[in-house]
Amino acid sequence: MSAFFVLVGVSILVAGGFLFAFLWSVKSDQYEDRDGAAMRMLFDDEIQKTK
Amino acid sequence: MPAVSEIAVNVSKRQTLTEIVCYHCGLPCITNSITSEDKVFCCEGCKLVYEILNENGLCNYYNLQSHPGLSQIKGLRNDKFAYLDNEDIANQLYQFTDGDRSIVTFYIPGVHCSSCMWLLEHLRKLNNGVSESRLNFSTKEVTIYFSRKTTTIRKITELLATIGYEPYISLKESDQKKTKSYNKQRILKLGVAGFCFGNIMMMSFPEYLSHKTGIDEQYAHLFRYLNLALALPVFFYSASEFFVTAWKGIRQKTLNIDAPIALAIIITFIRSIVEITGNTGAGYLDSMSGIVFFMLVGRIVQERTYKSLSFTRDYKSYFPLAVNVVSAEGVTSKKLQDLKEKDVVQLHNDEIIPADSVLIKGNACIDYSFVTGESEPMKVAIGEVVYAGGKQKGEQLTIQIVKPVAGSYLTSLWNHYAFSKNKAEKNDRESAVHVLSKYFTFILFGLALITAAYWYYVDPSKIINSVSAMLIVACPCALLLSATFTNGNIMRILSDNGLYLRDPSVIEQLGKINEIIFDKTGTITTGSSENFVCSGHQLSDWEKDLLYTVVSSSKHPNSKSLARWLGDRTPVRLSAWKETEGKGLDALAETTRILVGSAAYVGMPKEKAKEEKATTYVRINDKVSSFHLQSVFRDDVPQMIGSLGQRYQLSVLSGDNDKQRSLLEKTFGDKSGLLFEQKPLDKLKYVETQQSSGNHVMMIGDGLNDAGALQQSNVGVTLADDINNFTPSCDAILDAKKLSSLPSILKVARSARLVIRTSFAISIVYNVIGLFFAMQGLLKPVSAAILMPCSTLSIVIITSGASSLIAWRSGLRLRASE
Repeated sequence: MSAFFVLVGVSILVAGGFLFAFLWSVKSDQYEDRDGAAMRMLFDDEIQKTK
Repeated sequence: MPAVSEIAVNVSKRQTLTEIVCYHCGLPCITNSITSEDKVFCCEGCKLVYEILNENGLCNYYNLQSHPGLSQIKGLRNDKFAYLDNEDIANQLYQFTDGDRSIVTFYIPGVHCSSCMWLLEHLRKLNNGVSESRLNFSTKEVTIYFSRKTTTIRKITELLATIGYEPYISLKESDQKKTKSYNKQRILKLGVAGFCFGNIMMMSFPEYLSHKTGIDEQYAHLFRYLNLALALPVFFYSASEFFVTAWKGIRQKTLNIDAPIALAIIITFIRSIVEITGNTGAGYLDSMSGIVFFMLVGRIVQERTYKSLSFTRDYKSYFPLAVNVVSAEGVTSKKLQDLKEKDVVQLHNDEIIPADSVLIKGNACIDYSFVTGESEPMKVAIGEVVYAGGKQKGEQLTIQIVKPVAGSYLTSLWNHYAFSKNKAEKNDRESAVHVLSKYFTFILFGLALITAAYWYYVDPSKIINSVSAMLIVACPCALLLSATFTNGNIMRILSDNGLYLRDPSVIEQLGKINEIIFDKTGTITTGSSENFVCSGHQLSDWEKDLLYTVVSSSKHPNSKSLARWLGDRTPVRLSAWKETEGKGLDALAETTRILVGSAAYVGMPKEKAKEEKATTYVRINDKVSSFHLQSVFRDDVPQMIGSLGQRYQLSVLSGDNDKQRSLLEKTFGDKSGLLFEQKPLDKLKYVETQQSSGNHVMMIGDGLNDAGALQQSNVGVTLADDINNFTPSCDAILDAKKLSSLPSILKVARSARLVIRTSFAISIVYNVIGLFFAMQGLLKPVSAAILMPCSTLSIVIITSGASSLIAWRSGLRLRASE
């Protein structure tokens, strides 16, 4: 039954990892611009020459 | 004399020769002579943008969206941004600079699609001083990293303006640093509370399931102490704002709704610590963290902010950052706050007069529509005073400042005491939640005393147990949640329907409205379109051609609008043409003599002219016609007024003269108050008078001239043709296209009160059930843990369901249309 202690510890660690990820994402302004990223990913990096 | 009261709803449309649209901006092209390669443009400005982009290989701009550009028809004055060369001003704009590497953020109202984003993030291709640029699409702010050794802030600004993304730079924004678009702290608190709540629930499950047999001692200890550890951040971090607001309330000798909540949280926490350390029970930490979590969710739902909207602008946002001052050393740009009396200022076309001044040189034709609501530009003679806030239309002026910026006629409106009130705070004090919370706390303490007294005689050992359980279960969180969730949902529905509220307290005020006051120019009539009504002699087609020829060469604004109204006509050969400054036009075509100008100029008898009050008179040989500038109602306004009139008292306050009284009377009926020639302060006073007779007033206006009335009213709504435009400070911004849905919007706001009251009643039922058990000392942690989420969940479902249903039934959209 002592596995229980380990499991509880692990589960809290995993959940804590997600909490940390969430706090980090808020702090690094990832929610500041929720529309921009969706558009930016569609841009081609290459500049096209239309001469 | 024919009546001049025909309701003119149709705007004369500009005729287009072809169906060809501009490759850059998508507007119809009037000619197809402006071309580059195989592309056709509507104006030289659009073509220029295309050529710049083409040269730099940025034509991908046109592939992402078709016709992404903004019309460049207005053009750009060369030295418009010259003031950015002034170090002082530039330094205010930098976010960071070390002399070379600099960062600047501009607000660009024109941003609207993915092409905009693509182009603005490729600025480095157009100016090699720029190392990186990044656009925040939601706030329309572009942050530019550049080197001051290779380029200047002026060059960047001019580049942005040339490619059609002119940044908006104003005094206000540079004065105060940016405000956060949302409450980041609260989100962090929610994250922590959510994590702890979830884990505490998980640890508490063994206790719930085994309340008969009991669990193993060692596990019970482990779970309970882990719970306690997890509850610490909830209590000390996430719940801190409840304690702070409750304490603030107590210090001001009021009990706000946060007081009983804070009390419940503290008592739950202390009792749980006592139970756990004394090994007598598991405590109520699950309920406590749940309360904190749900309350934070409620607050975040309610705290809906519109990132690109501002509700707090005053005159400063409208004024330029700097003006051109003429001194002995030549023309220099000077910051607005440094402007002193006696300074001589140069003013270009479309620039705003920064302070009350005397006209020294130039042909002044000042548009005061912003300040007074008067729709026609005013001519000012040299030596006369021009007032701050007016806009010059026409040539360059030289003026001398006579009053400091803050002491001008327009800006002194902001010194009125109406502007010193904090409306949001006042609304909160009057809100039902606030009123209820006062009674709630007293009743709760009364019941606690009764319970304590009862147990004192019956079984003193149960006093602490039952009283603390009572205070825990009576936490008015369901009560508060019913208001926050209803408001949050209604704000969302209203914003999808074009009404953006400053904060949720406005909803309750909206529901109480019984009088609506409209501004005329720009609010119930469209601001820009012009429609003339001709009375007297009706012109033949040839005469119209003749009139067009005569007025189209004149620079006077009345002539210009007349020419626009007449549309594209074939010019007539004139044998003579003369313009007398300030009087009118005189022309000859073969044998026909035509005079255009004031009544006296065309020789109309004074009494008759007084009666007509027309804008422009035309005399062709011996026949006189008079032209009235007719305001055009926005679409659906007559119909909307009709349906509002059944329920609300209506008034119109107009800065204009009473030329259109008959037109307005027809629509508004005789019961409504129609007031003309109202100055900004008059409007404010009128709202005040109506309020003192017990009315709840909603003011709908559009310009700075309504700012006082908007501030004084219970709900001040700014009508905006483009919601991202600059609106005076107000409680709500209404999209002008959605004006017709105003009756339904008001209906939803009224029903919001009903929804909140109903859910109040339901949450009180929950409280009573909880109290019933608590007072008898029967409340187990498990029943508290079940009751709490159930009441919360049902409140959320009832409130959002009911408010959506009402909105749907009054014909509002439930989802934003794309």
